[in-house]
Amino acid sequence: MAADNSYLPIIILLLAAVAFALTPLALAWLWSKKFSPRKPGHDKNAIYECGLESKGDAWVQFRAEYYLYAIIFLIFDVETIFLLPFAVAFTGLAAGAFVAMMIFLLLLVEGLVWAWQKGVLTWK
Amino acid sequence: MDEGLRSELQKQGVFTTTLEELYNWGRKNSLWPLGFGLACCAIEMIAASMSRWDLARFGAEVFRPSPRQADLMIVAGTVTKKMAPQVVRLYNQMGEPKYVIAMGACAISGGPFKQGYNVLKGIDRYIPVDVHIPGCPPRPEALLHAFMTLQQKIDEEQLTGAKRRRHLDAEAPSEFPVPQYGEHDLVPANNPDVWKVPKVTRG
Repeated sequence: MAADNSYLPIIILLLAAVAFALTPLALAWLWSKKFSPRKPGHDKNAIYECGLESKGDAWVQFRAEYYLYAIIFLIFDVETIFLLPFAVAFTGLAAGAFVAMMIFLLLLVEGLVWAWQKGVLTWK
Repeated sequence: MDEGLRSELQKQGVFTTTLEELYNWGRKNSLWPLGFGLACCAIEMIAASMSRWDLARFGAEVFRPSPRQADLMIVAGTVTKKMAPQVVRLYNQMGEPKYVIAMGACAISGGPFKQGYNVLKGIDRYIPVDVHIPGCPPRPEALLHAFMTLQQKIDEEQLTGAKRRRHLDAEAPSEFPVPQYGEHDLVPANNPDVWKVPKVTRG
């Protein structure tokens, strides 16, 4: 019995949290329906830019070179996070887990080789 | 509800209220000002929000960096003609209900720079001002007094009826025309809906 519904308090708290967030929104919506008519306008809906009229488009393109930083970050930072628990639990691992980890490493090392060939690792 | 019955109930420990009172009470105690200053009056405004004068006592210490979150615009300082369209646009971008305090001689009339070719002679030419504070600059106490005056004004507002505020009226405008830079002056020179040229009669 106790083991079955040990998550019940959490579910109740979760529901309370959702209600706590949604009730004021619902009340505000009802209030605006009853008392405060919607009055959108050009200025009111405009993009806020310190009172100046906005110029140009906010949808600009970023340089594709940032992709390199992302992949090198994956290789050197995220890989470490996985390598450490892998090394700690190494002796107790099954063969399947070892192969899976090697495939994961291979994918990242592939990226490293690619980046190396591109000359990204050379400081200029 | 009858006032006598109400005070009688209050003595017994039963407090009664109306939706209107609750609404006004909530709004008047959480007036978030828009964080911007135009000239030296802004220094006094900043002082008013700091520990010595402590605007937080009135629930108004949260100066918001975006007009979307602000209820109150404190026009603190000289409004130049270059800046006037931006001030009006910011006012338009604030969510209703919104209030304006014109702080200092410049914001209410142009002040010592009234004769200047580039100075707007009072922000009330373009947007409806709720409280005017004279002074050059007004001390923080004067700003606190303006706050309390505004709170009194809010407290007396009505939710329904002919005297209700602009945002509750579907017919009333939600935006005020933003002046443009004309050849010699701002065009239009004022918004006739909120400000009329005073008549001068010589006797």
